[in-house]
Amino acid sequence: MSDRSLPDGVERHEFEDETRLATRGPPVYGEPTDGDWRAWDPERSKLGGMFELGFDTGLTGGETVLYLGAASGTTVSHVADFAGPTYAVEFAPRPARDLVEAAEPRDRLFPLLKDARKPTTYAHVVESGVDAIVQDVATRGQADVAVRNARFLADDGRLVLAIKARSEDSTAEPEAVFERSLDRLRNAYEVLETARLDRFHEDHLGVVATPK
Amino acid sequence: MTDPNSEHDGASDAGVPAAAAPIDPGDGWFAGLPAEDVDDSTQPTHARIVDGTADEPREWPRLAVASGFAADEEDYYDRLHAATTGATRASVRERERADDRQLIHAVRARDDCERVANELSERAAEWSGSLFDDVDPGIEGARAVAGREPSGELERRAIALSERVVGLADERDALATTIDRLAPAVAPNLTEMAGPELAARLIALAGGLESLAKKPSGTVQVLGAEDALFAHLSGHAPSPKHGIIYTHEFVRGTPPEERGSAARALAGKLTLAARVDHYSGERRESIHADLRARMATIRARSGSDGSDEGGSTGDDEGNEAENGTNGGDTDE
Repeated sequence: MSDRSLPDGVERHEFEDETRLATRGPPVYGEPTDGDWRAWDPERSKLGGMFELGFDTGLTGGETVLYLGAASGTTVSHVADFAGPTYAVEFAPRPARDLVEAAEPRDRLFPLLKDARKPTTYAHVVESGVDAIVQDVATRGQADVAVRNARFLADDGRLVLAIKARSEDSTAEPEAVFERSLDRLRNAYEVLETARLDRFHEDHLGVVATPK
Repeated sequence: MTDPNSEHDGASDAGVPAAAAPIDPGDGWFAGLPAEDVDDSTQPTHARIVDGTADEPREWPRLAVASGFAADEEDYYDRLHAATTGATRASVRERERADDRQLIHAVRARDDCERVANELSERAAEWSGSLFDDVDPGIEGARAVAGREPSGELERRAIALSERVVGLADERDALATTIDRLAPAVAPNLTEMAGPELAARLIALAGGLESLAKKPSGTVQVLGAEDALFAHLSGHAPSPKHGIIYTHEFVRGTPPEERGSAARALAGKLTLAARVDHYSGERRESIHADLRARMATIRARSGSDGSDEGGSTGDDEGNEAENGTNGGDTDE
């Protein structure tokens, strides 16, 4: 698990007596801090978990990102800390309220109260050719959301996706759900890497893909 | 990347002649907004972010600069930040307020389901009792009948009727779960103080969170007195001077001689909680601590430290008492 896969701006930092993933920015959810550094909890963040597990996300730091399923901003605040302009889409009002708070002190984090299943409702704000889409939505049809949003992604961009099996079908075997989702995903993407996130997130599959 | 021809092509795609302006911003959120010296936290900007659409994304930062909206990309992103945070904050507030309508629908639908389930269960029990042995009254009785295997048309109909009762009772429970989830989002302080059920009822009786927030506390104290009066006339509840807040443990658990003071104090804090929920939406610890202190004082006066019987289940018990009342009433 080398740090070669971590983007610039994400480091393993010493907190108290523990080395943890961290970014530099204003604290958001009561996470441990050390100066500008704030710990990034892989148990609370799919993307954090994927970094801990050594995924090659293609994220290098400073890129333009579209984040789908931003919730209250826990993960996307870390993304905005190391990335460039970051568009954060969240559909539910209550978490979006916290998302706005996280975006307030981050001048390149843009919160949007929008439905990720309907890209035309934010295509007038989110620019084309983003370098990465990070997706963590907990609705049915997660692969479909990724496919519909492919229009925002640069030709050589990366989709970094966490698929939650239980959001698709709470009774089916996760492996079967993942296979179906990957099939759907392949309509628009070439899948580069997949691995279970179970060490941090039960019944989740991490996926890195690039447009076909 | 800065090929002007491609920009003109883009503008033509949007159906506007390229000659109309140096660069046409197409469907971009900034189209039609003034270029300079505007506050991006204003209404027209919000409306563009919230209501705008585009079939496809484009290179908005570059188009915004080319069309003269922003001086450079950094300026564009600064303005985008102001516009998106302002618009999202405003629409979050609007959506959360609108949810009090949904809460009212849910609480009224729950009451309807419960009333109809109880009423129908009597018919179902009466009919089933004539066909099967050992039929218990009420919804649980209907649940037992619904599991039977019918033989013949009459049994099929009687069992189907019981299934409808069970379906209504299940929907009532599902609605209660929805209310439990919705109420804290709509009114966090009121829900913490009153519980989801009573909070939803107060909002429904007032006709919305806003009108509840604007009522004097004396009115809140007697909201829902119609129901309490009915319970009182049936001999199962005290006189309706408390309104629906009687179901709160702080009122019911206080000795009768101090109950008026308790109801008045509780109504005051509930009114305050509704106002904080409506106007700020943030949880405020001080009003909850104030209420606890006030209640301790009132109960100490009567020489009782108050009874905790009922506790957080106080609301449920209140409802069951009402159900029992309804059932008993129509039986006779």
